[in-house]
Amino acid sequence: MIDMKDVHKDYANGVSALNGVNVHIDNGEFVYLVGPSGAGKSTFVKMIFRGEKPNTGTVKIDNIDLSTYKERQIPQIRRKIGVVYQDFKLLPKLTVYENVAFALEVIEESPKLIRDRVMEVLDLVGIKHKARSLPDELSGGEQQRVAIARAIANKPKIVIADEPTGNLDPDTSWGIMKILEDINQTGTTIIMATHSQEIVNTIKKRVIALENGRIVRDEAGGDYGYEA
Amino acid sequence: MKLNTAKRHLREGSKNIFRNGWMTIASIGAVTVTLILVGVFLALVFNLNNFASNVESDVEMSVYLDPTLEKDQVEAFQAKLESIDKVGTVTYSSKEEQLNQLMKDMGQTEWDLFEQDNPLSDTYVVKTSKPQDISSVADEVSKLDGVDKVDYGESTVDSLFTVSKYSRIIGAVLIIGLVFTAIFLISNTIKITIIARSREIGIMKLVGATNSFIRWPFFIEGLMLGVLGAIIPIAIVLGGYYYLSNNVSQNIDIGFVQILPYAPFAFQLSGLLLAIGAVIGVWGSVMSVRKFLKV
Ligand SMILES: Nc1ncnc2c1ncn2[C@@H]1O[C@H](COP(=O)(O)OP(=O)(O)OP(=O)(O)O)[C@@H](O)[C@H]1O
Ligand SMILES: [Mg+2]
Repeated sequence: MIDMKDVHKDYANGVSALNGVNVHIDNGEFVYLVGPSGAGKSTFVKMIFRGEKPNTGTVKIDNIDLSTYKERQIPQIRRKIGVVYQDFKLLPKLTVYENVAFALEVIEESPKLIRDRVMEVLDLVGIKHKARSLPDELSGGEQQRVAIARAIANKPKIVIADEPTGNLDPDTSWGIMKILEDINQTGTTIIMATHSQEIVNTIKKRVIALENGRIVRDEAGGDYGYEA
Repeated sequence: MKLNTAKRHLREGSKNIFRNGWMTIASIGAVTVTLILVGVFLALVFNLNNFASNVESDVEMSVYLDPTLEKDQVEAFQAKLESIDKVGTVTYSSKEEQLNQLMKDMGQTEWDLFEQDNPLSDTYVVKTSKPQDISSVADEVSKLDGVDKVDYGESTVDSLFTVSKYSRIIGAVLIIGLVFTAIFLISNTIKITIIARSREIGIMKLVGATNSFIRWPFFIEGLMLGVLGAIIPIAIVLGGYYYLSNNVSQNIDIGFVQILPYAPFAFQLSGLLLAIGAVIGVWGSVMSVRKFLKV
């Protein structure tokens, strides 16, 4: 579970991205982060995988304060969390298979485990048949599936998705949502920042709305609440 | 580190060498040029050093005693000379011994005359423990009562010391300067390749790679660049020195002017170049990655 207490984040240029965020997210929840552009959604999720450090306040995962991790222990935080981005962040020179295997090589898994697990997650996201393709040879939706496969390869307890459907057409987006829901079904916590009114209003989940770095609304099964 | 991880780093590091194309060639070229120059300078400096220390160890002074001294006064000089600070060995050579030597060298007959009235002086040959002290000790000795003349070939010896001292200093400064230039060049080239791969590093960090995991392939890449850059210089050293020792040394082999023998010197120099290349490569890559990982 994730706990944030009075989290403030000012960037070096003076912008206040978070202004006192308090939140509790239980294991296995599916949470939408909504709000206007610049509200602090991306900054919010970065607090969780330590993409940025809060200026004040505490962020805890499973009751462990992230500020107790030293700089060189940050990889340990990242290994418990899978991250999916709008722009996929795949390595263009590696095949689909290699892109996913990469995440496991980095944490020094054995080659046999890597082989089995990569094929397993590629199958899970329905892209096994493209294992030997390069990212450029795939559609956006297919690339995002690969990115999700990479994010869950290590069986993380938390998956963070920052606008995972931001670059995808609606049909493809539903496919991605289906995969995220499946992952959530296995007990993985999902936190997803999104601008998609359609998705939030159709697949009903807990909705946290941010504005100017503050939580202005937090309701289970809520609506998107903004004009599309 | 696990064996599979080590293999991965090796694979990635060598892949980068091919991936980075002309950048790799530029880095290797920088190391090659540096090591050729370093190799030539080292060959020169080591030979000069060897030459200088050969000559230095031969430096000695002849102390000619006043011919009017009595036998026991002459003998007392042994202890007197030995008690002087910085003096190493003192060897006595009587005027009779010298005359015999001369007669042996030149053919006996014409020298009969001198046997009654030997014109040579009793002489002590003095070596200082450090060759550099020769002139100050010579000054001191020449002030002693009963010393006729002190001779150590002042001007030759003094200028030899100056030449060998400055050649060592200049050689060292040049080599250090060249090595740092190469380190700078290689760190810059690796930095460019790292920037080109910043996305990859960012993604590695995102999926939980440690800094050392990220660093290793670059470390290996640098090592390989340095070692590859040493190949041509080593070939030049082995070939060039072989030519030198076979041809030139025979022509200038006059007495003490002799270059260091091909074996083991050329091999030692090659090993040294390889080591310098490796250090340059590793140092260059470590320098460029270190800055980058902080981001
Ligand atoms: N690295 C950064 N340096 C400086 N300012 C930043 C940085 N990242 C974000 N900001 C600023 O912090 C504020 C919050 O940004 P954030 O990216 O969290 O918003 P967001 O809700 O994700 O927006 P969007 O919906 O457009 O993605 C913005 O004003 C943004 O300009
Ligand atoms: Mg954002």
